[in-house]
Amino acid sequence: MPDAVMPDARGHFGAFGGRYVPETLVPALDELLATYLACREDAAFLARLADVQRHYVGRPTPLYHALRLGDKVGCDVYLKREDLCHTGAHKINNALGQALVAKRMGKPRVIAETGAGQHGVATATACALLDLRCDVYMGEEDIRRQALNVHRMHLLGARVLPVTSGTRTLKDATNEAMRDWVANVRDTHYIVGSVVGPHPFPMIVRDFQSIIGREARAQFAEAMGGLPSVVTACVGGGSNAMGMFHAFVPDAGVRLVGVEAAGRGVETGEHCATLSVGRPGVLHGSRSYLLQDGDGQVLPSHSISAGLDYPGVGPEHSHMKETGRAEYVSVTDDEALVGFQMLSRTEGIIPALESSHAIAHLTTLAPTVPAGGSALLCLSGRGDKDMETAVGALGLGNALNGGQ
Amino acid sequence: MTRLMRSLEALRSRGDRALICYLMGGDPTPARAAEIVVAVAEAGADVIELGIPFSDPLADGPSIQAAGQRALNAGTTVPVCLDIVRQVRRTVATPIVLMTYLNPILSYGLQRFAADAAQAGADGAILVDLTPDEAREWQEAAAAAGLGTVFLLAPTSTPERIRLVGRLCTGFVYCVARTGVTGARVDLPPDLPELLARVRAETDKPVGVGFGISTAEQVRTVAELADGVIVGSALVNVVAEAGDSPDAAPAAAELVRSLKAGTRRA
Repeated sequence: MPDAVMPDARGHFGAFGGRYVPETLVPALDELLATYLACREDAAFLARLADVQRHYVGRPTPLYHALRLGDKVGCDVYLKREDLCHTGAHKINNALGQALVAKRMGKPRVIAETGAGQHGVATATACALLDLRCDVYMGEEDIRRQALNVHRMHLLGARVLPVTSGTRTLKDATNEAMRDWVANVRDTHYIVGSVVGPHPFPMIVRDFQSIIGREARAQFAEAMGGLPSVVTACVGGGSNAMGMFHAFVPDAGVRLVGVEAAGRGVETGEHCATLSVGRPGVLHGSRSYLLQDGDGQVLPSHSISAGLDYPGVGPEHSHMKETGRAEYVSVTDDEALVGFQMLSRTEGIIPALESSHAIAHLTTLAPTVPAGGSALLCLSGRGDKDMETAVGALGLGNALNGGQ
Repeated sequence: MTRLMRSLEALRSRGDRALICYLMGGDPTPARAAEIVVAVAEAGADVIELGIPFSDPLADGPSIQAAGQRALNAGTTVPVCLDIVRQVRRTVATPIVLMTYLNPILSYGLQRFAADAAQAGADGAILVDLTPDEAREWQEAAAAAGLGTVFLLAPTSTPERIRLVGRLCTGFVYCVARTGVTGARVDLPPDLPELLARVRAETDKPVGVGFGISTAEQVRTVAELADGVIVGSALVNVVAEAGDSPDAAPAAAELVRSLKAGTRRA
């Protein structure tokens, strides 16, 4: 794992991050930090992690030169195929890493929050592999729109606990997971699924996901003999983007572009474009950009993709926005559906609706890519889980019958 | 010494213990909430904790979550809660501590909130998700305004954390009785005496104990150990049952009278 220059010892990324939690959790976060720092230096831990990454997750994932997609959007495109990870998304990179840390802390029970269900499935998978008890909090709305993943979690031996408060999506599932952790902190580890939450979670999740960018950077250099002009990924909480970006942060010539969900349009108020239109605040344990009203109440968010449907974002992204190292843009539900179909038909790859946001933005990005340059995109997950939503949104029988 | 500390000291010196009553500001409506606070104070509450609602109260159980949602639906904001304090202060001298989460206060402005809260007549504030580690700016703002700061301790707190929290509390130390969220429970945690002993070993500040205390019997037991006994969800439930009606204030007052009997020493 790379040396982390950020965050500072107390979890700050510039003005963001930190640790804003009820006192009950402070000792657990200290224990997690100490254990994790020891793991990071421990050859046996790192060897075990490398072994499961290679033989269980299927790493390294391919870097794929998407020629037909490139022709369509108008620039050279490489896809980092995290959709080919075991369980179908990048989430397994973090879930397995943290489950190994939980095992080392001797905690027999794991909890997680999930939106699209991909982190829930990844956590349930890691817990099955490592013989840990697993409870996953999931909003009722998400249980409805991601039913396939609920069945997968059940089959893997996890309990899925429906959350009926608030907007019944990822934010509320995270609230319930935090409440459970406060109550059961002595025997339970909370596997936070994105680069959010109190210190040390944003750092730990980034470190476990940063393998994406390290592999992609080396694979790109091998294929092309240099660096891509632009690296892009979708951003909800921001774990696949941070995992992809991290290795490229020191490469000043490489543009980093995060794509948020503009939902029904930023102007409608029904979106999750946190970095684009939010302002700094504190939610779920860290200071970061946040969708909130003038009184500091968190606003409900909307996205067609459950995995991006979250009013917060990782603190390191807020820092990278503030310093200008990364740019953040947003793409609507409708545009994402265009991206979803475009990749399916040009390359025979059905992307997750989350990743489809980044695909869709390629069309805007392509004219800004210099001649001879390339765009590198993190294809964070596959789209099987989204069939029902996509069929509904696109009109039954149209897209899926090969109609125009 | 602040009014809050004077009041707790006075109770302690005559062998009494403080009954600390939590109510959600703006529940069921801002006007009713002010009525309820006055009735609860007159019924014998020694300290009022007035909640400012937040959309994502992650240390609260179902009762206080629902109360916060009712208050938000009724249009409750930080300024509305400060108005409630101002109104109550016309007739009531009981110390009032505002209790909420950090984000609404950050949004209002830390300095501005400390100054406005003190001016409205509040004695202190508790920000549940702000621990001493991140609290420097808040402490400076509160100290400048003369507003007391109360931080939480938990059963998981180490001796170092207990010392740190004890040092920074300028009202009382809020000791969370159990690992978990707020809400009425059937039993008190069996390790409560041991927890209080650990806290007393590290700080001589007055200690209030809360989370899961709802009956007169439980109040009596906890009053043997602590300087203050905090009751929240049980009161909030009484308010919820009464709904937006004139019955809420007398119903809450009746519960407070029965609870207060538990803090008085024979």
